[in-house]
Amino acid sequence: MNADTTTGDSPAPLYAARKKVYPQKIQGRFRNIKWALMLLTLGVYYFTPFIRWDRGPNAPDQAVLIDFPGRRFYFFFIEIWPQEVYYITGLLILAAMALFLMNAVAGRLWCGYLCPQTVWTDLFYAVERLVEGDRRERMKADKGGWTMTLVMEKLTKNALWILIAWWTGGAWVLYFADAPTLVRDLATFNASAMAYMWIGILTFTTFLLAGYAREQVCVYMCPWPRIQAALTDEWALNVTYRYDRGEPRMSVKQAKRTEAKGEHAGDCVDCYQCVAVCPTGIDIRDGLQLECIQCGLCIDACDTVMDKIGRPTGLIGYDTDINIARREEGKPPIYRFIRPRTIIYAVIIALVSAIMLWSLATRQQLDVSVIHDRNPLFVQLSDGGIQNGYTMRISNKHLQPTDFELSLADLPGASLNVIGIEATDTPWPVIPVDPDTTREVRVLVSMPDGTSLPATHPFSFVITDLETGEQATTSDFFRAPEPAN
Amino acid sequence: MAEKEIDKLSGVETTGHEWDGLKELNNPLPRWWLWVFYATVVWSVIYWILMPSWPMLTDYTRGIRGQSQRAVVMQEVDALKTLRAEKGAGLADADLAEIQQTPAMLEFAMANGRSAFGDNCAPCHGSGGGGFKGYPNLNDDAWLWGGSLDDIHQTLLYGIRSDHDETRFGDMPAFGRDELLTPDEVFDVANYVHSLAGMDTAADANLEEGKTLYMDNCAVCHGDEGKGMREVGAPNLTDGIWMYGSDLDTIVDGINNGRGAVMPAWVDRLDPVTLKSLAVYTHSLGGGE
Repeated sequence: MNADTTTGDSPAPLYAARKKVYPQKIQGRFRNIKWALMLLTLGVYYFTPFIRWDRGPNAPDQAVLIDFPGRRFYFFFIEIWPQEVYYITGLLILAAMALFLMNAVAGRLWCGYLCPQTVWTDLFYAVERLVEGDRRERMKADKGGWTMTLVMEKLTKNALWILIAWWTGGAWVLYFADAPTLVRDLATFNASAMAYMWIGILTFTTFLLAGYAREQVCVYMCPWPRIQAALTDEWALNVTYRYDRGEPRMSVKQAKRTEAKGEHAGDCVDCYQCVAVCPTGIDIRDGLQLECIQCGLCIDACDTVMDKIGRPTGLIGYDTDINIARREEGKPPIYRFIRPRTIIYAVIIALVSAIMLWSLATRQQLDVSVIHDRNPLFVQLSDGGIQNGYTMRISNKHLQPTDFELSLADLPGASLNVIGIEATDTPWPVIPVDPDTTREVRVLVSMPDGTSLPATHPFSFVITDLETGEQATTSDFFRAPEPAN
Repeated sequence: MAEKEIDKLSGVETTGHEWDGLKELNNPLPRWWLWVFYATVVWSVIYWILMPSWPMLTDYTRGIRGQSQRAVVMQEVDALKTLRAEKGAGLADADLAEIQQTPAMLEFAMANGRSAFGDNCAPCHGSGGGGFKGYPNLNDDAWLWGGSLDDIHQTLLYGIRSDHDETRFGDMPAFGRDELLTPDEVFDVANYVHSLAGMDTAADANLEEGKTLYMDNCAVCHGDEGKGMREVGAPNLTDGIWMYGSDLDTIVDGINNGRGAVMPAWVDRLDPVTLKSLAVYTHSLGGGE
């Protein structure tokens, strides 16, 4: 070991105490956007379960409902069965691509404006500010030791937080049952223990994450800041300190003196307002960093100061690395939103959306699947005929009882028998299936003696909705003994 | 106070540890992370107290909650049995045809029958009821004792040649072993039986003699035309379905030594709903009448 680089016997601390962040109140364009988006996202979250959607008598009338006992997912006009969860895969691809596209266009729009962690933390900060006052008051109170006022304020704040957290957890469970009924049951203490437990868990996590963990979630728990570093590029708009304009920093007075000497003075007056309003407690002037959620509040803070001292706004703003370099060379800024990266993301989004819409639009209201008996594959009947047995499952996704006709294709001369369905004068058996359910039936197919059959003969089962004429087909095989040579 | 060493490239303080010129940077973990770790340690102690955890020499620490996975499983099994009994209650009073015609009952009977078949019947009849030598295939339409729902139910309840008083009983004598027929006579009868099913016969067999012997000895149970008789479980000899095999040696063996396959009585071993379910399930396998 090199003696020069050896440190002494007291090692550096391996754990860092958290620096509490006291974001200051700020007004401005981005603050207004954030308020509007908070209203929108929380509104969607809290009130969606109460939207009604009439589906007829045999299905729930809640627009968005995850019905675990009934194994159905309802989303307005869409109803998804468990075997159709691949739609969720499509949604996840869309969500990922939308995030990538946002990032390629304007950085961490998700983190700064839409992420639940951001929205609820923002709301909780607003409550804290309301109860305990703004940044300076809070810092002073925390330093001043416990007083009766502070205790009262902290109690009030935490009570309000718990109330919001409880309402958040309460809204969550409404997505899993009929909302008006559940609200009544919850209020009269008649809801299931599961509902209360989930409300409890989500109340706790909301309270903890939005009230206390705050920026720690973004900095230490969330993988997204790490991923987004790999997704951004020199063309992407990011909340940027325009150091070409700001440096060297100095006070207004000193700037006057410097300029009088004919030297260049930066526009940044080093007032630390951008740091004071930052919800993650960083200095944007250090450049793009993973702690920065790009909420734009430092832009509002800086613009306010620049307005006051009569300098042009936009010292901090959405900008790209390329434009900073160009300005330093005296060239006008250029913006390029349409570039291979954004085109690829947009194409993938369009493609996946199109595939999902197409599959939703052509989604059949009936489905049939069949399993051939494994043992025995076939039996010989006493008259010499050959019989195969199948287990068939018919899904009726209609919300009314439906009659399905079962027929055979590509197996001429075969006879068909469905256990539990009495033979009638119709050429093919008709199987009634209850609404929004599946029915399993045993199906026997036989070929008369003397038919020349290969060992394996492919054919299809066809079910037809007698009312709408809609059809579904599934193919299988008719098995017979190896033909004698 | 030790002097700090700052890594020039990253601007981060090092721990002072160095391996082959590589220095470890000290990006300190948040302290609450450490507290979370301590909390998990504390939780593990709580867990040891509450739950079964430590192995001992002959036993293990059981925990004050008395949690036992076996007890949980037994509870779940009991709950399932209760649920099954509720769902199957309708079957107890329904007759078999009604069960088969009512979708909800049929669904229960098929599921219940399938599982009971796997537990009780599959060892002899095969998992799909395909049968083995000496154990009939239940998927075809050849029935020794009848293939209606009631016939199958009866067979299930009391068995065949079982130890139950109500058992079905039929006797195929050992014509050769008991010297009721000579080996030559057995050979002729066997060939005549082969001819009944339209199969090849040996060139040196006397079919006329075989027919006479058949009429004298066999027709009483198997019928003049060899169509069998279900009252005594005598199989139809004219179809292509042979429980023991259709080659001449097997038929000779059957005539020499007799046949007497046994099916146990299940009436005292399975509950009535399960027996009904099994009857409906077996009937639906492919050959129900």
